[in-house]
Amino acid sequence: MKKDFNTKGLAGTQRSLDPQILTQAMVESIKKLTPKIQLQNPIMFVVYFGTVVTLVSSVVHPSLFSWLVTVVLGFTVIFANFAEAMAEGRGKAQAASLRKMRNETSARRLGANGIEESIASTDLRTEDLVICEANDVIPSDGEIIEGIASVDESSITGESAPVIREAGGDRSGVTGGTKVLSDRLVIRITASPGNTFMDRMIALVEGANRKKTPNEVALSILLIALTIIFVPVVVSLEYFAHFSNSGIAIVTLVALLVCLIPTTIGALLSAIGIAGMDRMVQKNVLAMSGRSVEAAGDVSTLLLDKTGTITFGNRMASEFIPVEGASVTEVARIARLASLADETPEGRSIVILAKDAFGMRDVNSGLDYEFVPFSATTRMSGVNFQGHELRKGATEAIKKWSRSRGCVIPADLDEIVSKVANAGSTPLTVGDNGTILGVVELKDVVKPGIKERFNELRKMGIRTVMITGDNPLTAAAIADEAGVDAYLAEATPERKLELIKEEQKGGKLVAMTGDGTNDAPALAQADVGVAMNSGTVAAKEAGNMVDLDSSPTKLIEIVEVGKQLLITRGALTTFSIANDLAKYFAIIPALFLVSYPQLRAINIMHLHSPTTAILSAVIFNALIIVALIPLALRGVKFKPASAGVIIRRNVFIFGAGGVIVPFIGIKIIDLILTFTGLY
Amino acid sequence: MNFAFELGILVVLLGFIWRYLGAYLVAVYNGRLGFLDFIEKPVLGLLGINKDSEQSWQRYLRSLLVFSAVSIGFTFLLLVFQGYLPLNPQHLKGVTPALAFNTAVSFVTNTDWQNYAGESTMSNFSQMVALTTQNFVSASIGIAVAIALIRGFARDKSPNIGNFWVDMIRGVIYVLLPISIVMTLVLVWQGSPETLLANVNVHDSLNSVNQVIFRGPIASQEAIKEFGTNGGGFFNANSAHPFENPTGFTNFLEILLILAIPVALTYTFGKMVGNLKEGIAILAVMALLFFGTFALALHAEQSGNPAINATGVTSVQGANMVGKESRFGVPNSVLFDVTTTQTSTGAVNSSTDSYTPIGGLSLLAGMVYGEVSPGGAGSGIYTLLLFAILTVFIAGLMVGRTPEYLKKKIQRNEIIWASIGILVMPITVLMLTALTVALPYGRQAILNRGPHALTEILYAFTSQANNNGSAFAGLSTNTAYFNLTGALAMLLGRFGVLIPVIALAGGLAEKEEVPVTAGTFLTATPMFTGLLVGVVLLVGALNFFPVISLGPIAEALSHGKFY
Repeated sequence: MKKDFNTKGLAGTQRSLDPQILTQAMVESIKKLTPKIQLQNPIMFVVYFGTVVTLVSSVVHPSLFSWLVTVVLGFTVIFANFAEAMAEGRGKAQAASLRKMRNETSARRLGANGIEESIASTDLRTEDLVICEANDVIPSDGEIIEGIASVDESSITGESAPVIREAGGDRSGVTGGTKVLSDRLVIRITASPGNTFMDRMIALVEGANRKKTPNEVALSILLIALTIIFVPVVVSLEYFAHFSNSGIAIVTLVALLVCLIPTTIGALLSAIGIAGMDRMVQKNVLAMSGRSVEAAGDVSTLLLDKTGTITFGNRMASEFIPVEGASVTEVARIARLASLADETPEGRSIVILAKDAFGMRDVNSGLDYEFVPFSATTRMSGVNFQGHELRKGATEAIKKWSRSRGCVIPADLDEIVSKVANAGSTPLTVGDNGTILGVVELKDVVKPGIKERFNELRKMGIRTVMITGDNPLTAAAIADEAGVDAYLAEATPERKLELIKEEQKGGKLVAMTGDGTNDAPALAQADVGVAMNSGTVAAKEAGNMVDLDSSPTKLIEIVEVGKQLLITRGALTTFSIANDLAKYFAIIPALFLVSYPQLRAINIMHLHSPTTAILSAVIFNALIIVALIPLALRGVKFKPASAGVIIRRNVFIFGAGGVIVPFIGIKIIDLILTFTGLY
Repeated sequence: MNFAFELGILVVLLGFIWRYLGAYLVAVYNGRLGFLDFIEKPVLGLLGINKDSEQSWQRYLRSLLVFSAVSIGFTFLLLVFQGYLPLNPQHLKGVTPALAFNTAVSFVTNTDWQNYAGESTMSNFSQMVALTTQNFVSASIGIAVAIALIRGFARDKSPNIGNFWVDMIRGVIYVLLPISIVMTLVLVWQGSPETLLANVNVHDSLNSVNQVIFRGPIASQEAIKEFGTNGGGFFNANSAHPFENPTGFTNFLEILLILAIPVALTYTFGKMVGNLKEGIAILAVMALLFFGTFALALHAEQSGNPAINATGVTSVQGANMVGKESRFGVPNSVLFDVTTTQTSTGAVNSSTDSYTPIGGLSLLAGMVYGEVSPGGAGSGIYTLLLFAILTVFIAGLMVGRTPEYLKKKIQRNEIIWASIGILVMPITVLMLTALTVALPYGRQAILNRGPHALTEILYAFTSQANNNGSAFAGLSTNTAYFNLTGALAMLLGRFGVLIPVIALAGGLAEKEEVPVTAGTFLTATPMFTGLLVGVVLLVGALNFFPVISLGPIAEALSHGKFY
């Protein structure tokens, strides 16, 4: 495996304006000129067919004008191909590097008689057992049935730190193409050849099996309808022109037709879809279908796991509370000392809090203390230091210890403890040689900024539901602090599934993340089920997206990408249709200037001549495709806001802009054409 | 009467009609009323229909198509054989098959395009039994289809959209008949004849000529002609004839009657989908398009013809009085004709052909929008809802969700049917107009030249394909060619929209409702109203701008030249 490959996962593989992709896209845009490929896009096929018609006409009745129109129309088709090729380019490049990595490895298959044999990884079937030891590349996807090992998954995730994979539990899944760094594993193969995660990943980034999504289908139908209607408009115009004692050249009619049909969006539609999937990949999310990306935009309820998404996941010391007769600094000092040797996140957080709040520094370092680790029987930990037994632990355990040392339990201890517990925090009681001094409040700390994030989601009409195994009291406190709309406490996989079904009953679309096998039913039921890459095979099979980073907050980004995809389609459609107005004002007066000179009055752009008017319109029509390729690939900028705000902004930019821009563009092109002196 | 004052009263009265007729329609179609059970029950019993039974969209559509086909056949036969039928005091002969077919299609499709002069072609029996009957049922069918579509939006996961027979019959007996009866009496009071007696021959001794004064059951036909947005006149002169429209008061009343149902249905719509504001948003679209077009027409007609104005022989302060009734004057003629062309009624009270080019364009525009401002009885709102679906789809994508309208997701099925429903009309109009200017049969019928002639042909097919029925004149249309192409335009214009609408209703009814959240593109807003107006105008402009620039616009830019 090449070492320099993939340091940031899929996201880091290519930049969008890679010169290599650019040249490749240019080649592709010519290759795509076959009728078979063109037929897949009915709108561009009309342009394609029109180009052939003008080409024939130019050969039969050669004129500079008809040749120019033919060339411009030809470029219109090529530009559309180019847009698509650009969108595909990134994926292709990624797929190529993934393929390089999937070089055939040999597998050590464990035969029925327990004898190892070496076979090619492509010959592995499901249910085969293979052995992997340090430095072996795992030959295919599977489930660990024996052993524990650290695995380098950077080829998939880009994350260089190795992860632990072990038999049983939620971390038993391994992916073909990753590498075992230590120890030995026995793996049961779960994927048939050609259907491994890596294979699917290649197919996905390449867009090989790309199907049109429901909204894309509906939009295509609308665009086809808008194309069909302009055929009678243009054909009938020929007869009306005859009736009005003028004729229209076939080249001009084709030019008019191409200007009127929605070529802008028609040319960019598939590029927008591919780029949308690609944006997911850049966020290290593999969407198994375009449909799920689109559904992400429609989601109205997010189920978020508390741990890791809303809170940091570790309880942290937030306050020292002394009992009557003790002082805060005393509690802090003893708690700190008791935690010095404690490497758990809780223990470290106590040391940090003591330092931050009371400036207690490690002046005692080098002092001799004896560490008393936490055990399930004592349920407390601490140090023996200068003849003092310093302890911290569960209140009941400390009480027992205190009584055994013959001390009196402070009267206000229970009150303090229950107050801390009621606030959703965990109390840790601290004592010195049996004397209880006070309580450390361990809090589940809500991530900074998460409340604002939920507010944004609410503005977008998305409800957030926090899922936690905590008791209702704790859950309520955290839910309140984080600002979620609802919470599910003491969550079990069954209750999670129920909750999803309940939400869906009202027609809502639900998104969730999960990693365990017991999450699988809920992941399958959710409209957008994001499985963590670190999760089990069952979870990954059940969901319709896999998050390679295994990041719990990814769900929010996924929703934004989904919305952005739909917005981009809608915006460019609006722009494309609005463009037609200006094209009419350019072409119609030009067509009939001979029979009705008075129509000059509609030539509000004061275009130089009928010829330059028509040429300017078709040239504008072709160039606008190129101009909009970056927008189609990048997506329309999306800022979370209510539908009303978003629509006002987009109608203004793409609707009003779509009306005005072509007037300016066509005029400028006309000026340039006039300046060249050709006409 | 001060015209602005009249307009004010019209708006206030329409407000009342909107509120109360709208609410009444909700009660009628929800089956909450029973005071006419004694008529409804026997009629439904005769057809073997249970009033509580419901139909899927396919069965609803099949019933409607069967009924319409039978209606066309029945009307056709009555007209062809009118010579053998009673109530024919003038002893008129049967109508030619081509004309009878055109007329049958015309009245069944609520178009009421007339390739004949009513008073000298149709017997009283034909007027009453063949034509007026269709005036009632075709209007009722339009309303029924609108209600079916509204039910599609309002229902949640329902396989049915109502019962065609029940809806159609209730529309006739609860809505159309009672109000028509009252209005007939008002018209009779104002001077409209209502008689089965023959013509009166009068000798004008002063000029020494014999004059025939036609009579008949005029008032009754007039009432439903306006109320059902039909528009087929008893007389060739239609509502310009003093028997059809005797006074300034009846002129006002007829405008009110024409607008009543299309306007009230927006209230019904809002109530039935559970948010009156949705109905107001739709009403606002209709009002903006209506008054915008009216303002354009009024301005053009008030300004008159620049060529005539230049000669100094102006009539009323430079206004274009050509072809207008002096009883009504310019504003009331324009208001009537704008009303009638924007409601698929087509009963004009002045000569549309004599409007200024921009005035004529305004009348044409009302139809080019697709008859949605407010459109015909039922057909107006159902067509506008097709546009609403397209608007929601494009705008809805721009907020980053699968577009929704009235809690229903707008997806593949909806886009297919809405696209078909919207595109049938322009394709029909453009192809038939092109065919007519290309073929000798078409060219022979043209009485004028230049852009005006093109406008006349365009107007004829636009009117028929929109089931309007008003004519721009200037064409000899009682020919086999025009009778058949016209019938085709009317059939496509009616059923090409109505079938997609019913299919759409069925699909929507089956869909699950989606909850409204802050992320939903709200449609009961000025933003949506503005976008919908924009989409209607844009679709109309994209389809018709080329031909209109060769017709009315070229004529208007020629500064009053006559063609």
